Amino acid sequence: MTDDGRIKNDPYLLEVDGLDVTYHSQGRALAALQDVTITARPGEIIGIVGESGCGKSTLSAALLGLLPPNGEVTGGRALYQGRDLFTLGPEERRRLRGTEISMVFQDPLTSLNPTLTIGSQMLDVLRAHSPARADRAEARRRIVEMLERVGIPDPAARLRSYPHEFSGGQRQRIMIAMALLLEPALLIADEVTSALDVTLEAQILQLLCDLRDERGTTILFITHDLGVVAQICDRVVVMYAGRTVEEAEVTELFDRPLHPYTEALLASVPSRRRRGSELPTIPGRVPSLAELPEGCAFANRCAHAEPCCGEQRPRYVEVTGQRVRCHLYDPESGHANLRQPSAATTGRKEQP
Amino acid sequence: MATYLLKRLGMTVIVVLAVMTFLSLLVHLVPGDPVEIVLGPQATPAQVEVVRAEMGLDNPIPIQVWDFVVGALQGDLGLDFLSRTPVTQLIAQAIPHTVVLAITALALAALVGIPLGVYAARRQNSLADRAMALLSIGFITMPSYIAALLLLIVFAVQLDVLPAVGTGSFANPLDYAIHLVLPASALAITWIGYVARLVRTSMLSVLGSNYVRTSRAFGVRDRIIFYKWALKNAIIPTLAVLSSGLADLLGGAVLVEIIFSRPGLGRLTVEAISERNFPVVQGAVLVIALFYVLTNLLADLSYRLVDPRIRVEESAVGA
Repeated sequence: MTDDGRIKNDPYLLEVDGLDVTYHSQGRALAALQDVTITARPGEIIGIVGESGCGKSTLSAALLGLLPPNGEVTGGRALYQGRDLFTLGPEERRRLRGTEISMVFQDPLTSLNPTLTIGSQMLDVLRAHSPARADRAEARRRIVEMLERVGIPDPAARLRSYPHEFSGGQRQRIMIAMALLLEPALLIADEVTSALDVTLEAQILQLLCDLRDERGTTILFITHDLGVVAQICDRVVVMYAGRTVEEAEVTELFDRPLHPYTEALLASVPSRRRRGSELPTIPGRVPSLAELPEGCAFANRCAHAEPCCGEQRPRYVEVTGQRVRCHLYDPESGHANLRQPSAATTGRKEQP
Repeated sequence: MATYLLKRLGMTVIVVLAVMTFLSLLVHLVPGDPVEIVLGPQATPAQVEVVRAEMGLDNPIPIQVWDFVVGALQGDLGLDFLSRTPVTQLIAQAIPHTVVLAITALALAALVGIPLGVYAARRQNSLADRAMALLSIGFITMPSYIAALLLLIVFAVQLDVLPAVGTGSFANPLDYAIHLVLPASALAITWIGYVARLVRTSMLSVLGSNYVRTSRAFGVRDRIIFYKWALKNAIIPTLAVLSSGLADLLGGAVLVEIIFSRPGLGRLTVEAISERNFPVVQGAVLVIALFYVLTNLLADLSYRLVDPRIRVEESAVGA
């Protein structure tokens, strides 16, 4: 849908701007998210990519209003349909969950309640958002319809089954059915296919794409798998150590990664072209939240790092339709080897 | 489920038979000639022979075991040496007092322990939660006889609001219940502590689970998550502990019955032991063992009702 002009001009559904989240742990404040900026238009699938520990899950918890008790939004805003989520009260946020913003989790086995039937769990979700005396038959009809839509065979008969009576792929379908039961406009999918084998993964991805096409659901697709991103996402946000470092249309990102971290990430994906040669890896490791540097969090692993990188926080600058948080692209940074966007181009075709 | 039930019942029968065999041999496990112990040093050889024959001790041991088991299965546990009343009758008189005491203590443990645990889980790490933790551990470590004495001193002696000894009469339920308050509290106190801790821990483990996170993400109210989901899961381990607790309470009732002079199974057993009244000891211990076995059976079956996963694992194994 990247070539669909309609979407490009629509107002944003979600606008996360400069989001900071801090965890308080043993008297210390740890910056889990710093200056996270993400925008999503209706019907887009946005990939959020990064290594484990980069803040992907904190981001989804913050958007849902489900940060753990020691986590706190310390800056920025998240506009959902123009309303700042962080100014809403707990009950207002609860009402948004499931109806406007919903989420599918990684492990479908532990993410469903083992002691309640599927039907009863889904009924709880409906009841959470409609008057207590909601019509039972109507609720049942909606649940069955949704289960049928996600491809559970004979759903009416399976309402009284427990999660352990379904296969892994079916459980994830049930999770998706639960998440979409109230037709939310925004779905956060957190590593939804990591626990599945490749065939099932393809089926679930197809299901998500189909549902997006039918309902115009916006999907924040959190993953560490660049292959999956290439398959289903319209745009990609790359995160590193709790910061968004690059945002681009999916084709542009793969053709022309700007941030050195993105370059390294793409280089470390196995490909047929490089068969036989050793797979490049990124030297060093992600800094822990307790030892984040003043400047760029990637500076200690970056081949292009200069003194200014470790000292100054890079700005999120716009470069030919992409956004990147790197001194290499910021003329005001004082980096000695400033890159011109064209210099970074690697055989990229001109977009119409 | 049927296969499981059969297996489980089969095991129960084996355990009961083993207990009976052991009890019938009890007489020989005590040092000295049981008949002489019973009759005392002044007994004539003729008297000894009569009693020996009456006790069936002149039979070979396997016959003795057989006779005891067959008798017990037919509800015949022999006669009390001293009063010549049937042991079954003595037990039948004592049992209601003990069972009522144990069940009241159990109900008390559940009725007080579960709400305390829920409250503590609700306010995790608050001052109230910490105070409750301290209190629970105090309760758990307090032996029932210490609790009994403390309760006696405070409520029966100093405040003089509750009776100190006896059971009252069954004919007057209110009187009986009033006599039950102190012994049941003394017996329940450890279990109140246990149940409170257990409920708190199980609820918190549910509240930290992935599926609770899921339901929160779908906007399910915390109240529903807390009482419908977390509490249901916390009930399983609590049921387990409580049902194994019933047998433990029956055993623990011994000391409490002695302190409060309640004519229950515990007192019956202890008195019979001190008098070397073997048939009464055998009968009373057999009944207590039966309680253990049956409550454990009930506990096992009750998990199956509450947790569907156990049912399935079972049928997978049984198939």
